[in-house]
Amino acid sequence: MTHIVYVPIDATARSVGADDVAAAIAREAAARGEPVQIVRNGTRGLCWLEPLVEVVTPAGRVAYGPVDVADVASLFAADFLRGGAHPLAHGRTDDITWLKGQERLTFARVGLTDPLSLADYKEHGGLRGLRAALSAKTGSDIVEELVRSGLRGRGGAAFPAGIKWRTVAGAPGPQKYVCCNADEGDSGTFSDRMLMEGDPYVLLEGMTIAGLAVGADQGYIYLRSEYPDAERTLMAAIEAARAAGWLGRDVLGSGRAFDIELRRGAGAYICGEETAMLESLEGKRGMVRPKPPLPAISGLFGKPTVINNVITLASVPIILDRGAQFYADYGMGRSRGTLPFQLAGNIKRGGLVEKAFGLTLRELVYDYGGGTASGRPVRAVQVGGPLGPYLPESKFDVPLDYEVFAAAGGMIGHGGLVVFDDTVDMALMARYAMEFCAIESCGKCTPCRIGSTRGVEVIDRIRNNERRGPNLALLRDLCDTMTHGSLCAMGGLTPAPVLSALEHFPEDFQR
Amino acid sequence: MYSVKEPDAGTPERKSSEQVTLEIDGHAVTVPAGTSVMRAAADAGVRVPKLCATESLEAFGSCRLCLVQIEGRRGYPASCTTIAEPGMKVRTQSDPLAKLRRGVMEMYISDHPLDCLTCPTNGNCELQEQAGVVGLREVRYGEGGANHFKKAEKDTSNPYFDFDPAKCIACSRCVRACEEVQGTFALTLQGRGFESKIASGNTDFKSSECVSCGACVQACPTATLVEKSIVERGQPDHSVVTTCAYCGVGCSFRAEVKGSEVVRMVPNKDGHANHGHSCVKGRFAWGYATHKDRITKPMIRSSIRDPWREVSWDEAIAYAASEFKRIQAEHGRGAVGGITSSRCTNEETYLVQKLVRAAFGNNNVDTCARVCHSPTGYGLKTTLGESAAPRTSTPSSTPTSSSSSAPTRRTPTPCSPRR
Repeated sequence: MTHIVYVPIDATARSVGADDVAAAIAREAAARGEPVQIVRNGTRGLCWLEPLVEVVTPAGRVAYGPVDVADVASLFAADFLRGGAHPLAHGRTDDITWLKGQERLTFARVGLTDPLSLADYKEHGGLRGLRAALSAKTGSDIVEELVRSGLRGRGGAAFPAGIKWRTVAGAPGPQKYVCCNADEGDSGTFSDRMLMEGDPYVLLEGMTIAGLAVGADQGYIYLRSEYPDAERTLMAAIEAARAAGWLGRDVLGSGRAFDIELRRGAGAYICGEETAMLESLEGKRGMVRPKPPLPAISGLFGKPTVINNVITLASVPIILDRGAQFYADYGMGRSRGTLPFQLAGNIKRGGLVEKAFGLTLRELVYDYGGGTASGRPVRAVQVGGPLGPYLPESKFDVPLDYEVFAAAGGMIGHGGLVVFDDTVDMALMARYAMEFCAIESCGKCTPCRIGSTRGVEVIDRIRNNERRGPNLALLRDLCDTMTHGSLCAMGGLTPAPVLSALEHFPEDFQR
Repeated sequence: MYSVKEPDAGTPERKSSEQVTLEIDGHAVTVPAGTSVMRAAADAGVRVPKLCATESLEAFGSCRLCLVQIEGRRGYPASCTTIAEPGMKVRTQSDPLAKLRRGVMEMYISDHPLDCLTCPTNGNCELQEQAGVVGLREVRYGEGGANHFKKAEKDTSNPYFDFDPAKCIACSRCVRACEEVQGTFALTLQGRGFESKIASGNTDFKSSECVSCGACVQACPTATLVEKSIVERGQPDHSVVTTCAYCGVGCSFRAEVKGSEVVRMVPNKDGHANHGHSCVKGRFAWGYATHKDRITKPMIRSSIRDPWREVSWDEAIAYAASEFKRIQAEHGRGAVGGITSSRCTNEETYLVQKLVRAAFGNNNVDTCARVCHSPTGYGLKTTLGESAAPRTSTPSSTPTSSSSSAPTRRTPTPCSPRR
């Protein structure tokens, strides 16, 4: 009997030696005469256990990790191919507490399947959403289903996806586009990447449904250049989907056309801002456009365009498959469904947790994350990327719901968490926020272009105790000009982490 | 920039059959649909502070000085990029707006050399003017911060204007003028964030794609791009509207004059043939105006061996008329004719053929444009079934085809926006 062994092909796993582990397992199996088939799956999202090797046993998949090449011989000796006991063994993967409590809708297949296997995809529920969309009477039936699901943009702005689609569907013109924003540049975020590397077809399926809904026949994925693994996977997936008739002139034999092209960015954070992304997609310098006109009315090449983030589009198939109500039953308030949270920074157990809205930072940081990696007390968590406020422990029990969390001074954004222990200098982190903006600003509007550089300088003066009082007042005025005067969210939100550091950790500015 | 101040509504004019009525600072104003709030404000007599906006270019929204408040809308939208909507209630002045504008201006000035008194555009600088308008009283960022002026090197390679990056506010008006007005795309914004700077490709202006049309210089709100003549002679004191004599397009110019000396020629934005644009010839090659070889009085001589003799206009015209008559009497009616230069306007050419036909009584009249533009005429006739020289400036029309050997060189101004 051939033993099936899963070794993740995800970049996180590869960065800690998954390729070498896979090769070592193959070598050892050959030497021992054990018939082994190695499947390179996506990641289960338990990053601290990578490379997480799983073997298929009659009782289900059993997990071992983190596996080093040096552990391979002892794993064989412990008969891991049959689920044998070993210090690295974690029992049945599905029983691992970390995974058990999750509500994986968007990430349902990630880690379970071979990302590029069409058969695996179909076997695990793939294409059902697309088939449901194709059997819908009109595009507006699809749009209204999405509206009812309550799905909001997962890229950060949380705009209702269905309303956006409705605008594009209603915009006049024969040519429309679907653009997937895969320029995942926020610090501490990796859910887009894990999805694209672990289950690329679900993204293609979601985009195709978007195309059917709004009347677009062409989609573009704008992928950041720092994701070479995702690029390879997506390229191969697009090719395979075309060959299988999932994409192209006749999607699943429906007579409807939809195709997708992959475009790679050139390393600019600002190109994750949707209008700068459109400029870049058009081959121009990635500079922010004023809004209005909304991209839904005048987007790529001036045509009505759906722009959604990877996770938003990848959440569409399950909504079409299981129905809007199924999805809307998860979550709280106006935040419906689930969000793949990403735990990063100084955290013991980093990784991906997909849960319905409504859980708290405390659950994420302590129950899932296990506190800091350094073992010291948690001092602050930054949620929502480099433009998200730094939150102290007093905010850890606020439910993660877009509105409630925002009212408490937080921003869920793309769902990334970066954890800091008590050795962090929050004045330095405030400086970092300004520095990040200074490096990544597109340079178009004055508050962002000049303000961010001045912000770094003023914070330096405060930290050096040069005219501290007047410089603190100047910093607040500067933040006010950036917040209210900037052209886009880059300059507009950069003050958020700075002001939160001033508010919650004023002592760090007085050293 | 025009030295003798011209009103600038900030964004281009829109034409529409639909009219929109909105309220600006309590004044009702009606504008064509598609008009910006900034332009509507200008129509209502309200000047909104601005730096990156000028009516010859599409709105860009970068300077953030023109922010306004609109009832029922969040935040502070930029009036240049916001389109007027029926019933909109706009406020252009309030305490928060004043604070924001001063905040933005304080940032600008923190990266600007404070050498106004010795600056070529002293007294005619939009940055200087707007700093006054918003009431900037101090720059708290201090010295020693990052800046673009301490180590900036001037590019004086272009024979007609200088590029001084020390004065640049990165508003992109020059880049946009090169794209939108001239269509040459010689300029670009290089780098990002604070490092963003204007560049003529990876070379100096002279070696770049620049054709020295001067659109960028005209668009520049500071002394970053400034005519050498202004650097040398200072600001003019008045201007005179005139027509460029270089070709038959008939570009309207404002000759900016100091005393009786021209210091700059600026295309007139009211000019029907050029709409505020020009080519290198009319814009910069006006040295002939006061050149010693220029003939400014009528002269006659009866033989090529005689010296020229200055006479009155009456005598000169009477002499020419009598000579034409004499030749016709001696050699026949067909012995004289007229040919007009391609530098003549349509009106001048019309008058000459009138003279030849009505006064000379023959049909011996032609224009040299028929020769140099004969390929144009042939090409247009063949492809479109109709032919006419590409002389009329029609910026709103669809692209016109031309098979002249070098239309953009012969009559660059009307051709540039159509490339």
